[in-house]
Amino acid sequence: MSKRSDMTETKNWSGQTLVTADHMLFEAPRSKHFMTGSEVLKEAVKRCTVDASVSYPITPQSEAAHLIGELWAEGYVGVYFRGENEFGVMSEVAGCAMAGARTITTTSGPGTLRAMENFAQWSGTRIPCQLILMARGINSPLTIQPDNLEVSYMLETGCQIWYAENVQELFDMSIAAFVVAEKPDVHVPIITVVDGFFVSHTRESVMLPEDDIALFPYDPNRAPLPAIDSETPPGRFLRDPFVMKSNYISYATHASWQWEIRSAVERSVPYARHYLKGLVHVTGDADAEIAFVACGTASYQAKEAHRELTKLGIKTKVIKLRTIRPFPEAELLEALKGVKTIFVPEFNVVGWLEKEVKKCLYGKCDANVVGGPRVAGGMSMPAEAILREVMEKINSGKGA
Amino acid sequence: MANQGPAYYSPYPTAVYEGVITPPEGKALLLTKVVDEEIAMREIAKVMLTSENATIFPGPQVLYGYNEESKKKAKLIKEMSEVLNAKMIPMYDYRPKYPKIDAEVEINPNHPNLTIWHNEIKAAIFIGVHCHYANVALKIVRAETDCYTIAICGLSGHEDAMATLRDMHSHELEKFIKIAREVKSELKL
Repeated sequence: MSKRSDMTETKNWSGQTLVTADHMLFEAPRSKHFMTGSEVLKEAVKRCTVDASVSYPITPQSEAAHLIGELWAEGYVGVYFRGENEFGVMSEVAGCAMAGARTITTTSGPGTLRAMENFAQWSGTRIPCQLILMARGINSPLTIQPDNLEVSYMLETGCQIWYAENVQELFDMSIAAFVVAEKPDVHVPIITVVDGFFVSHTRESVMLPEDDIALFPYDPNRAPLPAIDSETPPGRFLRDPFVMKSNYISYATHASWQWEIRSAVERSVPYARHYLKGLVHVTGDADAEIAFVACGTASYQAKEAHRELTKLGIKTKVIKLRTIRPFPEAELLEALKGVKTIFVPEFNVVGWLEKEVKKCLYGKCDANVVGGPRVAGGMSMPAEAILREVMEKINSGKGA
Repeated sequence: MANQGPAYYSPYPTAVYEGVITPPEGKALLLTKVVDEEIAMREIAKVMLTSENATIFPGPQVLYGYNEESKKKAKLIKEMSEVLNAKMIPMYDYRPKYPKIDAEVEINPNHPNLTIWHNEIKAAIFIGVHCHYANVALKIVRAETDCYTIAICGLSGHEDAMATLRDMHSHELEKFIKIAREVKSELKL
């Protein structure tokens, strides 16, 4: 087993040279590879000096979990084991992280909901663990197809939520995610989302730094809550009287605690802005009156639609949201200046991103928000579907 | 810093939701403004020296000798209290206080207003308190008392305090004590 005591000041337990996140993400030379999202996640974890990972199989993240296990066998990950089910996994992740371990896990779809109680507990205990959510949707009859409905359930858990568009972003984000989550004034869990199959199972070219470097280990002494040990058992603060009593001060403490968790998420903004090079990424025509606001692979399809619309002489721009929590309100409002119509293409039936966008813009932007197109249950979103939505809107009554 | 307390009974609004976050490295926060560290140090010293029952609340990170730095900090905090004519009420730990907290001799992060009300404290420094507990306490204190709160933090600082210094290690504490002596002399105290 890889142990912290095997490390030196310059090398981690597997002999990788320890580097800063800035070096890893912005300075280290990179070379081209051809990988799936699952494979690239293995490469990211390999470079993160991860102390612990807990796994449980569920499509489409099973391969990613398996590959992290291989890293453990190769000596790159400190501890790796399989949980009893997703609830067990997320509880065990909490235990590892509360004890001061840099911890990662992966899940998808219904597994996310099975573990649901844990996510609010994760944020409430200020653990900086990372969940890679390879979205597949939630449905009965059971679906194992691409869909991101489960993200809507995660929005108010108090966790940070980032959304990667492709294999490259998954690599860079999952490294930056640890760094931002572990900032002392942030220090809440982070969920890095990718669209299952479209990213997890699709091979793309990706630029990677060499694998002989890795992030410095996590330092739990900088945590906002003391790490658990024999003097500070995990239930200690949960047994504090304010939890057990029904009186005014108990309510005040709970309120303050909850506001503090949400404040911590917002404190991540300057860090995320730095490591992600912006909370949003804008492409297309700067003076466009039509904008697509999207995340994940929907933003890729929106870019395809932009290219087709350009041929028709219609100016559009694509505003890709890299963070959902914190929601990039200021950046979105800035990017929407001059825009009159906003389309929100999504891979789910409920339109959770449309609701987020409308909430953000209410009273601050006069643009009309069109929630669509929406596909779900495994459907793809061809650029033509987006084109059709736009043409029907701007040629009202004349068809697409 | 959200509405300078008391903001009635609720810890909301919090500073973050009013657009104020922890200061960048090398800077400090005074109410809603990012300022140079030295300006904040002078203001903090002035507030502590001129407020009734000014009190320092040292937390576990400086009350226990985890390492040489914490021991050094503890000695400096004692010196700081003498320079600022401030009392000290410790926050030993975050464990339950049975049968009830003695507000005169200690402060619980979950019930900080009790200690501040009871002792009529008008200015307070939190130092060595783990950041989460400091933030929970600072929000309640700001909401429910008119105490001027100051956070001297070894990490990133605390926007819910009315004044916050960040990255305060023993060297920076020595600098603060030096400035506090100057302010004390200027105020002829």
